[in-house]
Amino acid sequence: MVPLSYYLVLSGILFSCGMVGFLIKRNIITIFMSIELMLNGVNLSFVAFAAHWHSLAGQVFVFFVMVVAAAEAAVGLAIIIAVYRTRETLNIDQVNLLKL
Amino acid sequence: MSLHLILFLAFGAVCVAGAINLLAQTHPINSALSLIVVMAALAGEYLLLGAEFVAAVQVIVYAGAIMVLFVFTIMLLNAGEEERTKGSRVAVLLGVPGMLLGSVLVAWVVLKHSGTGSVAIGALLGDPKTIGQLLFHDFLLPFEITSVLILIAIMGAVVLASKPQAVQKRRAH
Repeated sequence: MVPLSYYLVLSGILFSCGMVGFLIKRNIITIFMSIELMLNGVNLSFVAFAAHWHSLAGQVFVFFVMVVAAAEAAVGLAIIIAVYRTRETLNIDQVNLLKL
Repeated sequence: MSLHLILFLAFGAVCVAGAINLLAQTHPINSALSLIVVMAALAGEYLLLGAEFVAAVQVIVYAGAIMVLFVFTIMLLNAGEEERTKGSRVAVLLGVPGMLLGSVLVAWVVLKHSGTGSVAIGALLGDPKTIGQLLFHDFLLPFEITSVLILIAIMGAVVLASKPQAVQKRRAH
């Protein structure tokens, strides 16, 4: 028996690691991976709550989160390719205009 | 100390180590590989929670499909070492204590206020049959809406990633 709070603490640690990666990283692809890390942290708390409350709805929600993450990754990486094509850099400090 | 707790701590340690390695590495391909480690360890945690199907989908969709897309983009754009600027040093100085503060705060609140609820090993059976019945019966409308979302994402990705000349040629026709 593992207390539910241990799972929530692990999920919180993963979320805050993703959040700090989002803030300190300067490579646009790594920033994107930090967002995936945050989504994974949230998924863990969904599954832990599903097991705790004996309801499978939490596990079904994980699938919806995964679908949104996949769609977001496809569109986001396409945007990164478009930005790289016009700027020839992946450093977000040098991407400071909304105009392509 | 039960076997369940030992396995939880082992997978959790791998998760946290991978997440910290993601932050510490400067080359994006190393960060991507540590993210794959985090996702594989999370699949182990899902197995401990009795969510077999979620664990399988985590490995196949997340660690398989999405991360392959990331690695493919890193190789396509020939991404190199991250450049450190003055702004990023300030962000490290403020961000790392911020992460520690956030983690400690979350841990304190959760451990203090979550009561004595605990999760037994395999407390709930997340087998594909039950999940499929739930997904195609109770969650049918969200399921159909996600298919529209995926369609829009495919079209958006194709339009955004296509070469600008190709777009202009299509407009001219």
